[in-house]
Amino acid sequence: MINQQLLTSPHRHDGSSVRTKMLWVCVSLIPGIACYTWFFGPGILIQCLLAIVFALLVESVLLKIRKQKLSVFLLDGSVYVTAILFALMISPFTPWWINFIGICFGLVFAKHLYGGLGNNIFNPAATAYVFILLCFPVAMNQWPSAIDGPSQETSIKNSFKYIFLMPHDSYSENNYDSTSSATPLADMQNRLAAMEMVNEIRTSSQYGNYAGKGWEWVSIFYLLGGIGLIALGVISWHIPVAILGSVFAFSLIFNMYDTNLYPSSLFHILSGGCILAAFFVATDPVTASATPIGKLIYGTIIGGLIYAIRSWGAYPDGVAFAIIIANGLVPMIDEYTRPYIIGEN
Amino acid sequence: MMMELMFVAMFVAIFVGIQYFYHFINIKNAPSIQGKDVADHIERLLPQTQCGQCHYEGCRPYALAIASGEASIDQCPPGGQQTVTAIRDLLGKETKFINLPLNQEFNSMVATIDEDYCIGCVKCINACPVDAIVGAPKQMHTVIKGNCTGCELCIPPCPVNCIDMVPTRVKTNEWVWEKPEPAYRESR
Amino acid sequence: MSRQLYEFPGGLKFETFKEITATIPAIQHPLPNRIILPVRQHIGIPSVPTVRKGEHVLKGQPIAEADGYVSIPLHASTSGTVIDIGDYPVPHAGEHEATCIVIEPDGKDEWFDIQPTDDYLTVDPKQLQEIIRSCGITGLGGAGFPAHVKLNEGVVNIVDTLIINGVECEPFITCDDRLIQEKAHYVVSGTRMIRHAVQAKHCVIAVEDDMPKAYEALANWIDDDIELIKVPKRYPAGGEKQLIQTLTGKEVPSGGLAIHIGIVMHNVATAAAVYRAVTRGEPLISRYVTIAGEVETPRNLQVLLGTSVNDCLKACGYEHNDEHMIILGGPMMGMHIRNPDIPIIKTTNCILVKKLEPAATELPCIQCGDCYNACPIKLMPQELYRNAKTDNFAETQQYHIFDCIECGCCSYVCPSNIPLVQYFRYAKSQIAAEERRRDGADLARKRFLEHNKREQAKIEAKRPSRPVIETSSNPSMDEKRNYIEGAVSRTLKKRSKTKKILDKRNSD
Repeated sequence: MINQQLLTSPHRHDGSSVRTKMLWVCVSLIPGIACYTWFFGPGILIQCLLAIVFALLVESVLLKIRKQKLSVFLLDGSVYVTAILFALMISPFTPWWINFIGICFGLVFAKHLYGGLGNNIFNPAATAYVFILLCFPVAMNQWPSAIDGPSQETSIKNSFKYIFLMPHDSYSENNYDSTSSATPLADMQNRLAAMEMVNEIRTSSQYGNYAGKGWEWVSIFYLLGGIGLIALGVISWHIPVAILGSVFAFSLIFNMYDTNLYPSSLFHILSGGCILAAFFVATDPVTASATPIGKLIYGTIIGGLIYAIRSWGAYPDGVAFAIIIANGLVPMIDEYTRPYIIGEN
Repeated sequence: MMMELMFVAMFVAIFVGIQYFYHFINIKNAPSIQGKDVADHIERLLPQTQCGQCHYEGCRPYALAIASGEASIDQCPPGGQQTVTAIRDLLGKETKFINLPLNQEFNSMVATIDEDYCIGCVKCINACPVDAIVGAPKQMHTVIKGNCTGCELCIPPCPVNCIDMVPTRVKTNEWVWEKPEPAYRESR
Repeated sequence: MSRQLYEFPGGLKFETFKEITATIPAIQHPLPNRIILPVRQHIGIPSVPTVRKGEHVLKGQPIAEADGYVSIPLHASTSGTVIDIGDYPVPHAGEHEATCIVIEPDGKDEWFDIQPTDDYLTVDPKQLQEIIRSCGITGLGGAGFPAHVKLNEGVVNIVDTLIINGVECEPFITCDDRLIQEKAHYVVSGTRMIRHAVQAKHCVIAVEDDMPKAYEALANWIDDDIELIKVPKRYPAGGEKQLIQTLTGKEVPSGGLAIHIGIVMHNVATAAAVYRAVTRGEPLISRYVTIAGEVETPRNLQVLLGTSVNDCLKACGYEHNDEHMIILGGPMMGMHIRNPDIPIIKTTNCILVKKLEPAATELPCIQCGDCYNACPIKLMPQELYRNAKTDNFAETQQYHIFDCIECGCCSYVCPSNIPLVQYFRYAKSQIAAEERRRDGADLARKRFLEHNKREQAKIEAKRPSRPVIETSSNPSMDEKRNYIEGAVSRTLKKRSKTKKILDKRNSD
């Protein structure tokens, strides 16, 4: 008898791993991030780097506390995805310590308290963003205005000023200058509330052809990356299609009902975090529904909630809220959409 | 006006939906037994070794005693914690209990009579609660392995101490696969 | 003649490395110096040895008889002396030992007197099944279900379609491919015999589309009575449920058998064995085995049952060492063995030698659903895993764990490297063990009740004896005295009588 570890079948594997899956998600975000940097300055790159560093730190500490192997879990790549997605959701002008608080909250409360990778109910990135949005609403409402080239000296300076030098004590809207503004979505919501018409609002300089100036292109590049992910088989088409489809359908219905009160479908899809959420955040396999029909229902719920919060809610973009609410419904969705097996009928 | 109505309708729909689902969930958790059947149900959960370690004559008397509230649910060593938990869940009430060790060994031991020493005294036959020992006075006795529950009640009466508990051999077709143990924890 | 093919869900497409062994003719493996025959080479009850240690047996002589319906006899693979009947290591995932009959060959290879059947068409199907049973034929596809049990379905139920399965979807294995190429006549004739035995209306032989030579060989022999179908290469197209779905579009009911939808399936090697059994009376004593992987000359061998795995590997130029692992069966469903001295049995189709790679680190499940997409039964492996891991066996049954065919597709694609199949086997065997425990407890409960009833009856029987006399006739003092005196005198009389007898005996 030869001394070997007894292995069980199958004795073959296709070589896929959680790490490659997660890395592909990161890679497919690159076009979006590049476009983001082009239009809104390098603030977003700084946020991404900060988030990754913070996330690695926090994750290491948490893994040590939970007595898990660092060599296994720091390399699984999930922490990078969480960090980058969180950085892409927050404003590029967010002070570094808010970034840190967000990452801490997301990893501690949304990930490790539930048992770490694979056991969390709520998406850590979305949870972190929601927490930040609720705690620091002013900072989260200051976004860079679109600029038309990469070499804007002021934007680099601005980013540094806002991220690292923002005084903590006198923190208010007065600290921001004209290079920052609300996002087009927030602007649209405020001015609609002030009884302006959609067409009037769309004529101001913040808006481009379809949605916010710059934002529409960022969304399109996210879309390209997302389609790449589907083509690679990392994510399935169900959730993105359901989210974008339902947002499109709802906005089309209301747009047809009153063009002056409700912006067009394209505006909704290409604004804010809709496409980012549809392809990258909501498709997080751990927190999404696992059955095909369940995925469609889950996506439709997210899409509906996104539209409802945007149109009638207190927040300009409800993507993170929508995802977290839908995450909470996933166990029930899965229970009731259990697919039939071969031979069950 | 339209909007408010829509919101009201939406919330009503959500709440009705939640109620509907809770209805299902509640049915699942409803106590499944009532009245006279209690003892029968408790008996099904007991390991049926009939060993008398609970200080009752066997599993059925013990089940009756639990059902009447005379006995506590933690008196069954062969059943161990699993049985205590199962009975507690069945009765649906919090009962004080001590932590019994999980007794995995118990069922896998059977009594064996060393036939060279057996004097045929019939004492073990009388002691066996499940008639798993065959033999006649002055004749050699033997244990029917398939019927032995491993209760050890036959051991004390034997005057020549010729009964031993031996582990049963796992049959090739009754073998249980090992559970994989993930290696991502640092140490346990 | 063409048949519409359907698709089964999930499955995998990968490279199968079959060309190496499929093109080389199989050779007869020389007589080994020891033959170990486990009495249980099938699913069901072990056979009972009918020979004794030291007895001389002939090739094809029955050495163990069937014990019950789901059991078959066993035959000596060659002539020689039975040198031992005892426990030896057998092919078993838990590395168990089991009862084996060990034969030392005498080298003469003398045949036992075997009876051929003249014309199978004149034989009653029932009798044909008896011939097949007495020749010890099991399904040679891998599961090892006694063949006659499946054949008997034809008597009880109406069989619409008989499918002869030549689809070897596992990589590396080519023993059926080679068998068809070399013995196509056996396969086709055996198919006709099985068809007669089950009285099937339609008959299909299915091969995979990367077996062109086997297809041609069969095409030369078949007539219009048998359909020959090529099925697309995909794993696990050769699984019973999958092949039925591919060929007929019907789904085998969950928890049911193929016969419930009027289908019986046998392996091509079983068909060939049936042909030999019927035309020559030859029992199942040898089979084709593929020796593949990291051996010097990978090829198919025709091996006598009971030959050790090590012998076969040596014949192909491989000496077992630490860096390689031996797998019995294919890489997807095969069993890793550490002891190469175990015998080849009726269900051994392949010996694969593979470089030993340590098991990859298992990560937590991320619910990606890749396993669901790969599962040919459309089970939800991630849910099964979650419940098996937490020992929540009742819930695993809700998710139909017993419909899992353990094909390994889910583990193959799992990005977290979770040994899903192992978890399912664990859950299945635990559920079975739990059932046995419950049955045992039920039996004990019944016996205890009976025991108590009897004890109670004993006590009852003792108690009434006195009160009966007192209550039935209320005797006066005189009557009592008379009764006692009478009894005393009777006793004295009896005593004197015995004394007399004893005295007489003593005086004699």
